[in-house]
Amino acid sequence: MALQEMNFTFQAKGDYESIPEEWSHTGVVGSGDLEILLRHEDLGGKVEAKIVTPVKGFDDIWEKVLSKFVESNKVGNVVIEINDNNSTPFIVSMRLKQALAEAKGGIL
Amino acid sequence: MRDDANISWDSLKRDRIERIQAAIPLVKMGKEVDASNAVALLETVIKPYDKVNIEGDNQKQADFLAKSLCEVDVEKIHDLHMVQSSISLGSHLDLFEKGIAKKIDFSFSGPQADRLARMIDQGTIELGDIHTYLELYARYFIDLTPRVALVAAYQADRNGNLYTGFNTEDTPVVIESVKFKQGIVVAQVNEIVDQLPRVDIPADWVDFVIEAPNPFYVEPLFTRDPALITDAQVLRAMMAIKGIYAEYGVQRINHGIGFDTAAIELLLPTYGEELGLKGKICSYFALNPHPSLIPAIESGWVKSIHCFGGEVGMENYIRNRPDIFFTGPDDSLRSNRAYAQMAGHYALDMFIGGTLQIDKYGNSSTATAERITGFGGAPNMGCDAKGRRHSSEAWLKCGQEYGMREQLTGDMPRGKRLVVQLQETFREKLAPGFVDRLDAWKLADKAGLDIPPVMIYGDDLTHIVTEEGIAYLHKCASLDERMAAIRAVAGYTEVGLSADEAETQALREKGIVKTPEDLGIDITKANRNMLAAKNVRELVKWSKGLYEPPARYRNW
Repeated sequence: MALQEMNFTFQAKGDYESIPEEWSHTGVVGSGDLEILLRHEDLGGKVEAKIVTPVKGFDDIWEKVLSKFVESNKVGNVVIEINDNNSTPFIVSMRLKQALAEAKGGIL
Repeated sequence: MRDDANISWDSLKRDRIERIQAAIPLVKMGKEVDASNAVALLETVIKPYDKVNIEGDNQKQADFLAKSLCEVDVEKIHDLHMVQSSISLGSHLDLFEKGIAKKIDFSFSGPQADRLARMIDQGTIELGDIHTYLELYARYFIDLTPRVALVAAYQADRNGNLYTGFNTEDTPVVIESVKFKQGIVVAQVNEIVDQLPRVDIPADWVDFVIEAPNPFYVEPLFTRDPALITDAQVLRAMMAIKGIYAEYGVQRINHGIGFDTAAIELLLPTYGEELGLKGKICSYFALNPHPSLIPAIESGWVKSIHCFGGEVGMENYIRNRPDIFFTGPDDSLRSNRAYAQMAGHYALDMFIGGTLQIDKYGNSSTATAERITGFGGAPNMGCDAKGRRHSSEAWLKCGQEYGMREQLTGDMPRGKRLVVQLQETFREKLAPGFVDRLDAWKLADKAGLDIPPVMIYGDDLTHIVTEEGIAYLHKCASLDERMAAIRAVAGYTEVGLSADEAETQALREKGIVKTPEDLGIDITKANRNMLAAKNVRELVKWSKGLYEPPARYRNW
């Protein structure tokens, strides 16, 4: 199946926080699931996201899900890389929250 | 005054006797007819334009008789009006292609839904009505009484008594309507024996018995492999248990078919136990014997289960748990779809299940433009039974919260059935679970239905559970408020994206919408490890080896 790549940049309003480690990896690219790599990088507070997915036509929903994640968790100076295999928007937001929790000390 | 000389009052009876006498040469002994004479028998006892029932239940199928009916001479038998619960087998529709049957009234058509839609579109089938099970049974006793019933049983004895055993399902209600209106009952059985384990249908309600060349087909329809339950389903199950089961103290329940409710069943011994809910919720069920309920039964949660039908592999387990299930003097399950549907309509506090689409008003349907699936039994449980007069804690509380009650009945207290839809905002292939307009409208247009086939109407729906939150729809005081509550839990679907943040916030403050956070549930902790059994093998272990899953579920 042809994969497609999407790139977005976000900036949380007000305060933001990066991840303590240099990088953190969670998840597996099973059917209906995804893997997430979070990387600490000095981007002047911005968040850069790169998504590779076989799903076409849902770019605006990816953008909304990621934007909400960045905003509600006050994320900044992080690169998010996602390899997706047909996850629903909810699974994406749940896995993002889990990835962030893990990167911040593995409270899972 | 009528001219009595020209009136006959027993034409049905005389017709029945004529048909049965004509079939006597085909009878081997007593009521027994050889399988090789099945087609000839049907050509003798059925007449053109008859209403005919082929027993096609949710699970058990009179498949040999269905196949035999397809082989009759269309010169002799044609234009039949089929009235039957389920269109499950290819042969049920072959009848129409051959011209043997013309019209159908039915309830459920899961496996044949695409082909049925095509045949209606092409004019090969004249569609009567699509019913719920209980509704169709009701019409058997009013204006859709079959002239001939072709039923299935496990065993017959030499006199023609029938043993329907584990899968009694629809047999009693079908035969009751046919036999007592001077109709004819033909039974296919897996074997003819000298002594039955128990009598489910007495011999004088049966006219002919055929030992079929092969045992009848049974579909394991209610087996859900816990290995396929997702984290999102676990989360919705946790939300439902905490935000609905515990909140209302729901004791009497029907679970729909699906992985969401299987997840709930498998969380009772773990998450339910953690919340201290044992004995306070989930004591009584009208339910098929779901294997996924085994851990809850074994942990002492369940007091009683009445079954619509059986489930392949659960025979021995049920035989050994007679305190929980309804069983006969032979110890095997007595299922009965008519009684279980009646129980489901009147004696439950809650129906909870899933659907394909919910519209912006809260109406839901499993219909798509290309498939006519019918209803089955869900609408009789997924509605507020207006004739209910007894009360229970859950029913009273839901009624007290009902936001439109005063506008309808003033200050008169009345309870309300909880009707809950568990809905993933997006299903596989990112098909949205919430839509502006149901596909059921397109289907109604295409198939020429009077009204779109709606499984559960918005005014009966009390709660929607999605990953985003629970909408307590019955608390709303107007349709506008309901629509806002639906938008609030509809996630990233088009319906959900039209939600207004301030409006959602106000609904949360009123307790009409509760997010996982409002319920005190950490979504990062919802995962499959919480399930009491994570695969079929663990279900077998919980059952102490009594559950014997079909081969396709055995991967160890």
